[in-house]
Amino acid sequence: MSYIRPEFRHPDSQTNINGFTRKDYEGALSTLCAGCGHDSVSSGIIDACFELGVWPHRVAKISGIGCSSKTPTYFLGKSHGFNSVHGRMPSVTTGANMANGEMAYIGISGDGDSASIGLGQFGHVVRRNLNMVYIVENNGCYGLTKGQDSATTDIGSSSKKGDPNPFQPIDLCSMALQLGATFVARSFSGDKEQLIPLIKAGIVHNGFAFIDVISPCVTFNNTPESSKGYEFVRDHMEATGKMDFVPARSEITTNYESGFTKEITLHYGSVIHLYKDDKLDCTDRNSALRAIQEHDEKGQVLTGLLYVDPDSRDFHKVQQTVKHPLRDLDEQDLCPGARSLGAINASLR
Amino acid sequence: MKRIKAVNEFVIRFANVNGTGSASANAMFAKSIFRMGIPVSPKNIFPSNIQGLPTWYEVRVSEKGYLGRRGGVDIAVSVNPQSMAQDIGDLNPGGYFVYDNTKPLDLRLHREDVHLIGLPLTDICRREYTQARQRQLFKNVIYIGALAALLNIEFPVLKELVDEQFKGKDKLVASNIHALELGYQYALKNFKCPLGVHLERRDLIGKKIMMEGNDALALGAIYGGATVVAWYPLTPSTSVIEGFEKYAKRLRIDPGSGDRRYCVAQAEDELAAIGMVIGASWNGARSFTATSGPGLSLMGEFLGLAYFAEVPTVLFDIQRAGPSTGMPTRTQQSDIFAAAYASHGDTKHVLLIPSDPKECFEMSAESFDLADRLQTPVILMSDLDLGMNDNLSEPLEWDDQRNYDRGKVLSAEDLDNLTERYGRYRDVDGDGICYRTLPGTHPDKGAFFTRGTSRNEYAIYTEFGDAYVSNMERLSRKLETAKSIVPAPQVYRAKKTTRDGMIFYGSSRDASLEALDILAAKGLHLDAMRLRAFPFSKEVVDFIDAHDRVFVVEQNRDGQMRKLLIIECELNPGKLLSYTHYDGMPMTALDAADHIARVLGSSNITPLRKKKAGEKV
Repeated sequence: MSYIRPEFRHPDSQTNINGFTRKDYEGALSTLCAGCGHDSVSSGIIDACFELGVWPHRVAKISGIGCSSKTPTYFLGKSHGFNSVHGRMPSVTTGANMANGEMAYIGISGDGDSASIGLGQFGHVVRRNLNMVYIVENNGCYGLTKGQDSATTDIGSSSKKGDPNPFQPIDLCSMALQLGATFVARSFSGDKEQLIPLIKAGIVHNGFAFIDVISPCVTFNNTPESSKGYEFVRDHMEATGKMDFVPARSEITTNYESGFTKEITLHYGSVIHLYKDDKLDCTDRNSALRAIQEHDEKGQVLTGLLYVDPDSRDFHKVQQTVKHPLRDLDEQDLCPGARSLGAINASLR
Repeated sequence: MKRIKAVNEFVIRFANVNGTGSASANAMFAKSIFRMGIPVSPKNIFPSNIQGLPTWYEVRVSEKGYLGRRGGVDIAVSVNPQSMAQDIGDLNPGGYFVYDNTKPLDLRLHREDVHLIGLPLTDICRREYTQARQRQLFKNVIYIGALAALLNIEFPVLKELVDEQFKGKDKLVASNIHALELGYQYALKNFKCPLGVHLERRDLIGKKIMMEGNDALALGAIYGGATVVAWYPLTPSTSVIEGFEKYAKRLRIDPGSGDRRYCVAQAEDELAAIGMVIGASWNGARSFTATSGPGLSLMGEFLGLAYFAEVPTVLFDIQRAGPSTGMPTRTQQSDIFAAAYASHGDTKHVLLIPSDPKECFEMSAESFDLADRLQTPVILMSDLDLGMNDNLSEPLEWDDQRNYDRGKVLSAEDLDNLTERYGRYRDVDGDGICYRTLPGTHPDKGAFFTRGTSRNEYAIYTEFGDAYVSNMERLSRKLETAKSIVPAPQVYRAKKTTRDGMIFYGSSRDASLEALDILAAKGLHLDAMRLRAFPFSKEVVDFIDAHDRVFVVEQNRDGQMRKLLIIECELNPGKLLSYTHYDGMPMTALDAADHIARVLGSSNITPLRKKKAGEKV
């Protein structure tokens, strides 16, 4: 870890559509181990928010407990953050979103937080299609308690203590797909080119956007046989296809490469462009599940956008809540008053 | 043979089979007495079962206005062969046993000291109805009709209730009234009506209402401005949420769009439910959950977070008999410790304790103000007896001038006007309560990181002991502040000056007040105080100080409130005497009075002491 970060930024730093520089999206200095994949994810979130031009204070960042859950301190310093309870980020985010559906919610979790203690909450926030980006910084081990196996540790992979893990790993992407997630992606913390557009698309997606980011633990699980180590992922990564995310308002100005084969228009008119010859149909849930399975059998990690439902209806839509954030309603909107109470009293006699 | 004679003072108990539709017929019986202007207190005694097991409905009628359970049964209406032996056995000598005599009563059950009233219910139903379900349902209505004749219930009152219940469904109205008539005529023809125990119209109800405590809590949450509700089904708390949805559908729909001004999430468990409440409250909405003991235990970790991170949190605990699954459909006041000190580490929570539906309504609405004001969990302690039974209550009131107290929340403008650096956990006013900001308020001011880990006044993570201690001290200070703003206790002065006192709370109120009257009639006078909140205010300590002996009356085994008083007020334990009742049935005045009279009586005797060596007598 570093102890000092220079405050100086180039006076002509690029500004985004709302006049913010990248610095406006930065957070406190990271206290994670040097080389931790999680810091790259934080940086990816900063870039994605900067490029999208979101107002920093209109984002809320929420996490559980663990190394991954510490990271919201390290990005978006102008946003409110909530480091909650181990495995319970989904419920806190659900409540926050119910209170105000107009903000963007970035949930940060880890493999211990989501695949073990929080597996129940993970499954149910998927089912609710809560409008949020749910990023799992997946390193296949418990970092903060010093390297125990997690539920995503590969079978047969040895922890730092040397014992091979005898249990089947949980694949959160497959689970999310089976539970009806409307946006599922996998990426690698070391692949910014892929990660940033995924985060951007996830923020704009109107519903639950799940991104499983393989994020190596340099201290406890960067071993040759771990599928969550730098070396392995670089050698065995197979992307679904290069992608590009184009926000609705900037479509005219964006200079995208020619030769994209598919475009998916999201709820508010933003577009995901998919390049390259790709056998995966990103709007077909079964195709995505099959592709994950096939690559796994070949010992490959399939990354990229796996599935998106462009017609997704989020929790508020399903619940038919008013457009205005519930938290901003006042006595006039909420309290039926003495006269109604009189009628209720009369009905109870 | 003795014959119990009483007008408007008796207890009647219906014995039914769960799932046979008896509940609505029995409720009609209680409501008809209420409509005749006579105070009435019905209690449902039901099993953890959907169909088939015994269930009872005990109604106390008391023109003196005693609403607690009295104990003993004067009239038993036995419609359940499974429990017949118990039902006739429980009857007071001289009481009346109303039963289905289609089959003759088992000779082994006969008692010489009770009056048998046989109604051929099954026979009548077989003759009148062809469908099995109809035979089952109308059996209940027929015995209500018979009771109308036997007890002198005004028939037009019953008719009116049937009309209201089946409004617009003329066929149902007609068939129900026919069934009432069947029972009524049979009783008139075969018995001398009314019985020695019967009703006479009075005008003792005034503006009062009959309402379930849970329903009142739900309505209080609507009036108090709750918009986000998260919950997990758990008896006896479930009807709070059902009530909220019922009222919200009527009162919280946006007239323009038809959209909802509320959002209810049925969570995957209680942990998620309280997590959602905390998330919503953190983000500025008024939010609550309802649960019972087992759920409260599950919420423990999160309650510690809400206490330490200072997030307003409203939780309704409808207590039932524990521990574990205990007796899930029976009442107790046994979550006092679990709630007051919920979670790990040093924690303490604000408790509100209502005694009737009106207070449920008021405290429910107030809990949101208190949680916002104090930025901490507020746990409202009701129980199954108060929550799930129709309770007689003063009408609900609301002042249209009342505004919600959202506590210390800084707006964007406030943040712009700050002259010093904003610190989320700085005690600017010295009351232990700091200023919070809501997410999304200001583009570059007031953002902070909420966490359950230690932090300094500026919400920055720290592991320095000094910062931790000063924060914990401030949290204590905040709970001190709470003492002066939570609902004050209610004092009931004895007619004669006394050094003896009694403390009670929640659903123990009615039986305790009656016990005081019984004791006073014996010449034993006690001042009394009803606790309405925790932490305890100075008035509570003063009351105890002003008396030599104080009985703490409560419905749990260990005398939890007594112990909480001893701990929190640093009292001499010998001064607080305990009366506890915890068999799952609501406590009775007679038992409490007997116990207290025994203790007070015996303590007037000077104990014999062994003579010390060399001591002269």
